[in-house]
Amino acid sequence: MIILRIPNVRRSVTGAGGRAATPSRLHAAAGAGATAPASGAGEADAAIELIGISKRFGRVQANNNVSLRVERGSVHGIVGENGAGKSTLMSIVYGFYEADAGTIRIAGKPVRIASSRQAIDQGIGMVHQHFMLVDTLSVLENIMLGAEGGALLSKAARQMRASLAELAATYGLEVDPDARVGDLSVGLQQRVEILKALVRGAEILILDEPTSVLTPAEADRLFAMLRAMRAQGKTIILITHKLREIMAVTDRVSVMRRGEMQATFETAATNVEELAGVMVGRPVVLKVDKSPARPGPALLKVDDLWIRDERGVARLAGVSFDVCAGEIVGIAGVSGNGQTELLECLAGLRPPTQGKFFVNGIDVTGQDPAQLRRAGLAHVPENRQGMGLVLPFEENESAMLGYQDEKRFRAGPFLDLAAIRYDANSAMAAYNIQPPNCRLKTANFSGGNQQKIVLAREIERDPDVLLVGQPTRGVDIGAIEFIHKRLVGLRDQGKAILLVSVELDEILALCDRILVLCAGTITGERRPETTDNTDLGLLMAGISGSAA
Amino acid sequence: MSAPIVLPKWADLVVVPMLNVAIAFLISGLVVLLIGENPLAASRILFTGALGSAESIGFTLYYATDFMFTGLAVALAFRAGLFNIGAEGQAYVAGLGAVLAGLTCGALPRPLPILAGLLGAAAFGALWAVIPGYLQAKRGSHIVITTIMFNWLSYALMGYLLVNTLRKPGSMNPESALIAGASMMPPVHEILGALGIAGPVTPLNLSFVLALVCAFCLWLMIFRTRLGFEIRTVGVNPDAARYAGISPSRIIIIAMALSGALAGGVAINEVMGVEHRLLLEFTAGAGFVGIAVALMGRAHPGGVVVASLLFGVLYQGGAELAFDMPKISRDMIVVIQGLVVLFAAALDGLFRAPLARLLAYRS
Repeated sequence: MIILRIPNVRRSVTGAGGRAATPSRLHAAAGAGATAPASGAGEADAAIELIGISKRFGRVQANNNVSLRVERGSVHGIVGENGAGKSTLMSIVYGFYEADAGTIRIAGKPVRIASSRQAIDQGIGMVHQHFMLVDTLSVLENIMLGAEGGALLSKAARQMRASLAELAATYGLEVDPDARVGDLSVGLQQRVEILKALVRGAEILILDEPTSVLTPAEADRLFAMLRAMRAQGKTIILITHKLREIMAVTDRVSVMRRGEMQATFETAATNVEELAGVMVGRPVVLKVDKSPARPGPALLKVDDLWIRDERGVARLAGVSFDVCAGEIVGIAGVSGNGQTELLECLAGLRPPTQGKFFVNGIDVTGQDPAQLRRAGLAHVPENRQGMGLVLPFEENESAMLGYQDEKRFRAGPFLDLAAIRYDANSAMAAYNIQPPNCRLKTANFSGGNQQKIVLAREIERDPDVLLVGQPTRGVDIGAIEFIHKRLVGLRDQGKAILLVSVELDEILALCDRILVLCAGTITGERRPETTDNTDLGLLMAGISGSAA
Repeated sequence: MSAPIVLPKWADLVVVPMLNVAIAFLISGLVVLLIGENPLAASRILFTGALGSAESIGFTLYYATDFMFTGLAVALAFRAGLFNIGAEGQAYVAGLGAVLAGLTCGALPRPLPILAGLLGAAAFGALWAVIPGYLQAKRGSHIVITTIMFNWLSYALMGYLLVNTLRKPGSMNPESALIAGASMMPPVHEILGALGIAGPVTPLNLSFVLALVCAFCLWLMIFRTRLGFEIRTVGVNPDAARYAGISPSRIIIIAMALSGALAGGVAINEVMGVEHRLLLEFTAGAGFVGIAVALMGRAHPGGVVVASLLFGVLYQGGAELAFDMPKISRDMIVVIQGLVVLFAAALDGLFRAPLARLLAYRS
């Protein structure tokens, strides 16, 4: 099983292919499928070594004298909060940026990587969080992009097809080469990204937040693939903020904070609490501390809601539920099963084709977002950058978005800038939004701080009903802790909260009741005490278990 | 994927545009050299021709007035995410409003006739812009296409009216009768004369002051009012606008109406200030120059004022240049304008990266 025999892709210099083949065979001989870390074989050679990497953007020191050593044939995790510098570091490795100082060694030799083309030539592959795929092309065409090998495609296509078959056999990376990428599930699209890197001869594979779009089952399959690749001698660098995954799949883990490398651990010798503490720089409480809910009257009532899209397909098919005062109801489900439509409908952004919903007992079906706000409903949208904020605006302007009508922001015919900024500044203080400067552009805040801007804006209006979509997507641990506390606090004030999240852990930790949405219908209702990932996973897949 | 280029505000607002204009002039100089004239002499003629005397300054500001109005019009629409190519047609139709007011309201006590003219120009300009705005907001017809179409419609409509309806009885020229004296915008030299300051006779009239007032009011509106906030939100992120309870279609219609009204300022300057009657195609391309002005001014009212003054200099100085240097025609001015637009708008990013590097290196 010679792994890579792709003539039209330029192989890296210094015969890295030969080097890679040796350990991979060793491990294959030692028993394919064994998950023992490669370093156990004794040859402690580094696949890639970063020494003293520094990178500065304007006044921001994104990386400060960062050193990292990744052993060949290991899975190495890099964790850190948003803005800790992990993405910058990997962008330097992949040639998007050049470091101001420091050296990169690959297989012991110093190299200069000035472009992603050079990175690929050095055997580095990257799978981005947001896929770089052309939806309308087939899998094969996507993989060939940039490696067409001439004006006529047929020869390269034939070779590519053969190597895809080989890769599928070696790593269990099956995917139909003729399927249109747009028709594939997110998990399969990610597989195409991985194949793209492998076909180009990647020995070192960087994955940036690979599980953020996957279901738990898909994530498990991804980890199985990663283990298979490690067994074949590939080196994998995994960037993530999910510490559970780090524990599940990595051999070693490095923690970054504020642009600096804090420490590297053997995964087996550390635990989630320790890692979180190093990431944040202080001990972190990961469990949500909350008392049992004492639900009051229903503040949000949804009655047989239907939404059909332009093609007449039902995105939401007869959904009914209540959310009571003093409880958090979670909507679990694989993304794309109607959660977005449900939230948009309840927020007044998308009219239902059928059905009604009530806030405080008043029928508010068909009202626009401004009317709904006045009716006591606030909305933290799933897509905070695309909808919840205006990134080119100053923070104080984003912090009043949706409330620009309020009297206290008005001074005669003009906006009362002093009041707006005062309001923004007090929210920044109360929610510890960093950096505390409300004149900065919204785009200059990190994901976690942007989310806090939105949450502060919506929570501080003291709404009766709060719709929250993906409150901690792309948000760092310190901020997650804070956001969860705020949501529980709001619940304890007797507000009704509807939470949509693709993070099952979050749903389980935060919600008092869980509704599972699959293909636009509620396939089950659970209480967090009496369910688990597996149970919810079945409901998410549309397999109704025993009724709760 | 590349790193975002972050420049300090002063560099972004002053250095980058100046650099762009300087490069445009440098290349224009090369073109002048190529046709066999001395670029230094040419630029001296251009600048003295535009700014060398009170008279030339008057002409420069008069040209700048038109460009300021149309530049503001395009800039406002731009803030709402709309590319209003139709300022030319809106200004042209606004001429109809101005002249109708001037022909009918002259007997009213002052300053009502002038106010009626301003209102007429603004209303007709707004009307001509609101139709494409409505079509964009409610029917999804692309504003660029419809405003271009409306330019042509305005040529046809105004040509028809001037030939068949508005033409003075007995006249062979496709032009309207003179408006009433009370409807004319007072020329600056008359005002200065009344104050005892002798000045040369130029077409510069109070419209210039009106344009400056409009620029200031537009700045207030965009950055200090709720409407401006809503317009900017719709322009940058329509989804966020909908989320915030702002109706993008309502904002599009309002923004286009205001944009058309601003374009109507050209009619105030030309019809009420200078010609005192409606002429065939009196706008002379000011609507299109306004696009360049707005792009160069980065859709900021202050930037538009500066850019319109620069284009005023180019027009007035260019006329002198064409007169003094026979080898350089007025087309050369169009070339320079084109280069300014190319560097200021299309190649805006050209010098940002090197400048950012330079600043990073110095600090």
